[in-house]
Amino acid sequence: MSLDLGEALQTFFAESRGLLQDMEESLLRLESESDDAESINAVFRAAHTIKGSSGMFGLDAIVAFTHKVENLLDQVRNGAVPLKEGMIGLLLACRDHIERLLDFAAAGEEMDADARTHGEALTAQLSQCLGKSATVPAEAVSPLESAGGRPMAGDTWHISLRFGQDVLKNGMDPLSFLRYLGTLGEICHLATLADALPAAAEMDPECCYLGFELCLKSDVDKARIEAVFEFVRDDCDLHILPPGSKQADYLRLIAALPEDNARLGELLVASGAMTARELEMILTAQESAGASQATQKPLGEILVERQIVQPELVNAALSKQKDARNRQAQEAKFIRVHADKLDHLINLVGELVISGAGVGLQAARNKDATLMESVSGMARLVEDIRDGAMRLRMVEIGETFNRFRRVVRDVSKEIGKDIELVIEGEGTELDKTVVDKIGDPLTHLMRNAMDHGIEPAELRASRGKPVKGTLKLNAYHESGGIVIEVSDDGGGLNRERILAKAREKGLIPDDGGNLSDAEVWKLIFEAGFSTAEQVSNLSGRGVGMDVVRRNIEALRGTVDIESHAGLGSIFRIRLPLTLAIIDGFLMGVGDGHYVVPLDMVQECLELDPARSEQRDYINLRGEVLPLLRVKEHFGLGGRAGRRENVVVVNSAGRKAGLVVDELKGEFQAVIKPLAAMFAKVRGVTGSTILGSGEVALVLEVPALLTEAARKLAA
Amino acid sequence: MEIRSERNDGRLSLYPEGEMTIYHAADLKPALLDALGQSDAIELDLSAVSELDTSGVQLLMLMKREAVAAGKSLALSGHSPAVLEVFELLGLGGWFGDPQVLPPNLQASARGAA
Repeated sequence: MSLDLGEALQTFFAESRGLLQDMEESLLRLESESDDAESINAVFRAAHTIKGSSGMFGLDAIVAFTHKVENLLDQVRNGAVPLKEGMIGLLLACRDHIERLLDFAAAGEEMDADARTHGEALTAQLSQCLGKSATVPAEAVSPLESAGGRPMAGDTWHISLRFGQDVLKNGMDPLSFLRYLGTLGEICHLATLADALPAAAEMDPECCYLGFELCLKSDVDKARIEAVFEFVRDDCDLHILPPGSKQADYLRLIAALPEDNARLGELLVASGAMTARELEMILTAQESAGASQATQKPLGEILVERQIVQPELVNAALSKQKDARNRQAQEAKFIRVHADKLDHLINLVGELVISGAGVGLQAARNKDATLMESVSGMARLVEDIRDGAMRLRMVEIGETFNRFRRVVRDVSKEIGKDIELVIEGEGTELDKTVVDKIGDPLTHLMRNAMDHGIEPAELRASRGKPVKGTLKLNAYHESGGIVIEVSDDGGGLNRERILAKAREKGLIPDDGGNLSDAEVWKLIFEAGFSTAEQVSNLSGRGVGMDVVRRNIEALRGTVDIESHAGLGSIFRIRLPLTLAIIDGFLMGVGDGHYVVPLDMVQECLELDPARSEQRDYINLRGEVLPLLRVKEHFGLGGRAGRRENVVVVNSAGRKAGLVVDELKGEFQAVIKPLAAMFAKVRGVTGSTILGSGEVALVLEVPALLTEAARKLAA
Repeated sequence: MEIRSERNDGRLSLYPEGEMTIYHAADLKPALLDALGQSDAIELDLSAVSELDTSGVQLLMLMKREAVAAGKSLALSGHSPAVLEVFELLGLGGWFGDPQVLPPNLQASARGAA
């Protein structure tokens, strides 16, 4: 038999990361409204839960560090320590450190020296914030009113634990809970009860039969003790009596526990919870009560009945249960599916589209009207299925956007500008693969806008703008694609400076002053371009903007800029919704078929044989258009077509004409990757299958443009 | 997990080695109970036990109980640090009633307490 903690541990990591995310959001919210009690509580809860869960898995480094963080948060929550601005920065740094510790734990490594010193520095700062009030004060115990006898002698928590038989099989070791309990205070007496151990023959060595009676000297509150056992809550019988509980409570406890009454009484006497005389009194009282022995009430009911727990504890417990229920309700709305399964489904749908087209072709060829009718009905359904399947991969961009709140906060602190982030269109959906890859270019654009776009406060004031800069992230759908905008209300791009810089770098000829604004703005995406007079930590090293453009183009997207001097600029990223299916333009060369993405096709024209004596370029309305003969490029044989056509393609501002034999029109292409052996073939990105079953190659336009330009230059 | 055994004047000495944990509990139980049937006086040397969890403790308690019920003697000896830590936590030293040799760091705290 093998017990695998792995899965539980993975869940723990995933949940902890989620909690850290919540923690970050709450901290950022606190920065704007420092007295938002709900946010403070949320941060505290996150830290507390992470600490508790790490304790269960024996991740001591995380427990130790998080404990310190929790201490400070507890003080803030109680109002003992005011929340100052610097403290949020510290807490954010602590959050990052916890994340780092989690990473180490997930990789199964010890933390390195660097992390250790960093942790110690943070701990020191935490203690500084705590100041003198470093100890957590005891929760005030409200006077108990109800009758039931005088308080018993004990000044400690009395905890009765009976673990369910399955805890060991569920991968939990009761010992680790006790060890963790020991970190909350001092376990001054612990008795292990083996009374439930069955006869040797019947005893299942993988079941747990032990029970524990213990006294805990600690000034934590009841909810925290209960939280220790959160992971085995359903799997264990837990009774907690607070210090100073009354005889009657012990009486009920004894009645509720499975062991023999007198024996339990002795245990309690031994642990110092009561005196022998008190025990005698209780037992006598019990006999006279008679029936009470038989009643085994659930713990909650007993607690309520006794009015022993403070009302706020009950409320806390209730709200916690409600939280848990809400979470479950939310989980029910989502199904976690492995991405591979989804990809497989989408592949199948792709095949379906292809074979559907094949059937359509047959029907058209046979001129079978009824069949064609059925086929067109089916085609509509297939299209719906395709859209539905693609939508499964769609995720909202909001999560990616929200991550930037932290980036904006950190960067604006670092460069000393007051910048606010406005987020719109969080609900806009796009393909998961695209979302994953858009983070880096977006980060760069945002940093760039904060560093170069938004002016320093004094300059803003002198220009009559609000001192606080605004950065906006927006997303919306537009004609089958998605547009992501990064806009700032800064100074806008400086045309003269960009031109001067471009000349200096030799990117444009010296007399190239008649470029349009859009063309000038595009220059900043050239490799090795940077206009920042002052090279800062963030940007301005001349790497980046060209990388941004390349990243976006790799996603088959484009980026363009709108800028107004003094008012700000907008960087607009246009992306296709998905990478798996494109609207293509089908062309024939010799006996083969080729597809280019439709949005890159600018126009088509017939190649005039009389004017094509210049083999490598033509004159397109006064412009030199380099030509690339696809047949020659791929070394294809076959006779030349009756006449040749030129497809003018355009990508990132560059243009070229592809010379092909036949124009076949629009075609929806399900892109299939090519096998590894074709990886070296330049100019082809993938393949697609036509309705007739023939294969068409998808051309890589940027590579072909480069090739055409090279040929023309040669 | 391996249990070496040695017979000495009718006294059976067992030397469990490695982890006494849930992973081995299923194998441990028959091995230990079997040994209990072989002799009237058994010594369980725990010096090579590297890890002890609830299931291991439980088996030790079961064995002790069975031994007492059958009028046999079961002595635990050579408690390894891992065993001592668990016995200390669960307050089991007295339950088994065997002399334990405290490691130096625990000795100091025991003296301090006294």
